[in-house]
Amino acid sequence: MRPIYIAGDNIITSLGFTTSANMEALMAGRIGIHITSDPHLFPSSLPLSLVDSGILEEQFMAVLKHYQKKTDSSSFTRLEKFLIISIHDAIKELPYKFQDQKTLFVLSTTKGNIDLLEERNRALFPHRRIYLWELARIITDFYGFSNPPLIISNACVSGIIALMTAFRYLSSGMYDQAIVTGGDILSEFVIAGFQSFQSLSPTPCRPYDALRDGLSLGEGAGTMVLTSKMEKSSPIGIKITGAATSNDANHISGPSRTGEELGFAMLNAMKEANLSPADIGFVNAHGTATPFNDEMESKAIALAGLLDTPVNSFKGYWGHTLGAAGMIESVASVQSLRDQMLIRSAGFESLGVPEPIHVIANNEKREITSFLKSASGFGGCNAAIIFEKG
Amino acid sequence: MEELIEKLKREVIEQLNLEDISPEDIEADSPLFGEGLGLDSIDALELIVLLEKKYGLKIEDPKDGKKIFHSIRTMAEYITEHQKA
Amino acid sequence: MNNIISSYSLIRPGHVRVNEGIEYHDENFITFAEFIKPFFKRLDLGYPKFYKMDPLSKLGFIASELVFRHVKLDLYDKKRVGVVLANANSSLDTDLVHQESISNRSQYFPSPSVFVYTLPNIMIGEICIRHRLNGENAFLIAEKFESKQLFDYVNELFQNNRVDVCLTGWVDLVKDKFEALLMFVEPSGMEISKEKSGKVLPFSEETMDELYKIM
Repeated sequence: MRPIYIAGDNIITSLGFTTSANMEALMAGRIGIHITSDPHLFPSSLPLSLVDSGILEEQFMAVLKHYQKKTDSSSFTRLEKFLIISIHDAIKELPYKFQDQKTLFVLSTTKGNIDLLEERNRALFPHRRIYLWELARIITDFYGFSNPPLIISNACVSGIIALMTAFRYLSSGMYDQAIVTGGDILSEFVIAGFQSFQSLSPTPCRPYDALRDGLSLGEGAGTMVLTSKMEKSSPIGIKITGAATSNDANHISGPSRTGEELGFAMLNAMKEANLSPADIGFVNAHGTATPFNDEMESKAIALAGLLDTPVNSFKGYWGHTLGAAGMIESVASVQSLRDQMLIRSAGFESLGVPEPIHVIANNEKREITSFLKSASGFGGCNAAIIFEKG
Repeated sequence: MEELIEKLKREVIEQLNLEDISPEDIEADSPLFGEGLGLDSIDALELIVLLEKKYGLKIEDPKDGKKIFHSIRTMAEYITEHQKA
Repeated sequence: MNNIISSYSLIRPGHVRVNEGIEYHDENFITFAEFIKPFFKRLDLGYPKFYKMDPLSKLGFIASELVFRHVKLDLYDKKRVGVVLANANSSLDTDLVHQESISNRSQYFPSPSVFVYTLPNIMIGEICIRHRLNGENAFLIAEKFESKQLFDYVNELFQNNRVDVCLTGWVDLVKDKFEALLMFVEPSGMEISKEKSGKVLPFSEETMDELYKIM
């Protein structure tokens, strides 16, 4: 497989509207999950990672102005604002166009504009905005992309599948560049659902920790601009070299008992990248901090031969951002690789999973040449993708 | 108690979408999980919803669920005990 | 690489087709629920998990059972069987049910067995669980059936040696509007499981468009 390079990126979360703002927060150990009271979101208060609405509006107005758009900010939904700002920030420094036939736009989202199903929001937008293809069309039209958007909606592995698909399509020459964006908003729909699963922690989540007791929900967006031309990539030339998915075929919401399916997705990704476990600098795993997910992941990591490899989860900083997670966490991991820095797995104190995985307890400078990003989701899906330096 | 047990059987069948099962098929003392009805983790969560919806009883710690939902009878006993309060 | 569609199923209101044969035809309007339950019972699969599925998953599940009836699935390495599905409405049908259950704060009882189906890829999970399929899987969204979208994705899986065979297609449902076209794709010459019932269908955008138009 021909390696595919990263040319630009962005992260939007409670911790900031740019990749650098977010990375600064991570390095300083600041977490973006706070106890929130909003009756529109949930009857009682809950730890949530919310994007600042005031700054969101400011940033969006600036983007509208930049592109000389006549449409009012109120014609765009919250999620659309996330996605549009994220793409803008990722492409604004790049000296090339994205409106040609060889550019693919890939969108990853689990629920799209799901807040429009609420009684109070229904009159604000045309009914068709609830469809993911209409959401994608709004973004496509805003930027004038030429090709029909590729939309991935595959639970929490959507982001990785979006990157993987762009990687495969660019590698084969079907396209030369891709703008891959993922996003999801916090909504009463999603919060109520996870609450019915009794899977929300009353405090900010603690991936892999012995005292972990559930996940924290978050929202945001992440973008990567990919290119098959190395000369177009950012200074250090970080590239995608392998990826794979698998299915547990065990239960629609509970993870595999053995972790072998996630394990072989990891192995397949490494095989495609021609790397052995010893070559992997760190694993940025899913780490939602539910008892069962983290346990399963530790088994998968062991089966994939990665027990000696530093592991972290970013969910202690941003919460679980669903369709944005794969994107946001991959961008942050790329920065880690670029800066040769292993970042602490927030919320971790002592190991609470059956396999002795090596969780990153403190930020550490280290020579690393690659990382593996993994995720798992409802429906038994698993995904793994490899990024390399140089 | 027997009346409550019969009522619970019907409610469990409805809440858990146990289409081809009738109340006569469920023994009051048979374990609900494991063998018998072969209920899974989502069913366990649904039973928590059932208790809240139909009987106004909130289970604070889902780990208590194992004891409470062992059988229809243990469910009935829990309801009878807590509804007095 | 020449791939073929060795088995397919088509389901629309009042009509079910499997390969060259009509499995079911009824001009009268009946709801999806009135159709799918007796149809499932007729198939006599002995799979009570079916009753817990939401309508979309029931549709995808039945469509896949009809396809697999003509495929000896156990002859394949389950880790190399792909499942790639797409639709336009995502899980909207069940989304509406979940939203309804939380719309009244005084009757706030979200149900985990409803919420879990508010993701379109759960349908893939149900098919994989039934047949223990562990391979590549993905769910795509498009405004309408796009043979190119499915073809490109599945073709890449074969070109990159990610799968040996693949179940792919379009499964969509909202209330009583539904349609499903599922196809089993394998390399030609590999038809170790196909009972030859007619012409060989090449796996291509044109063939998929033709199949989709049948009704």
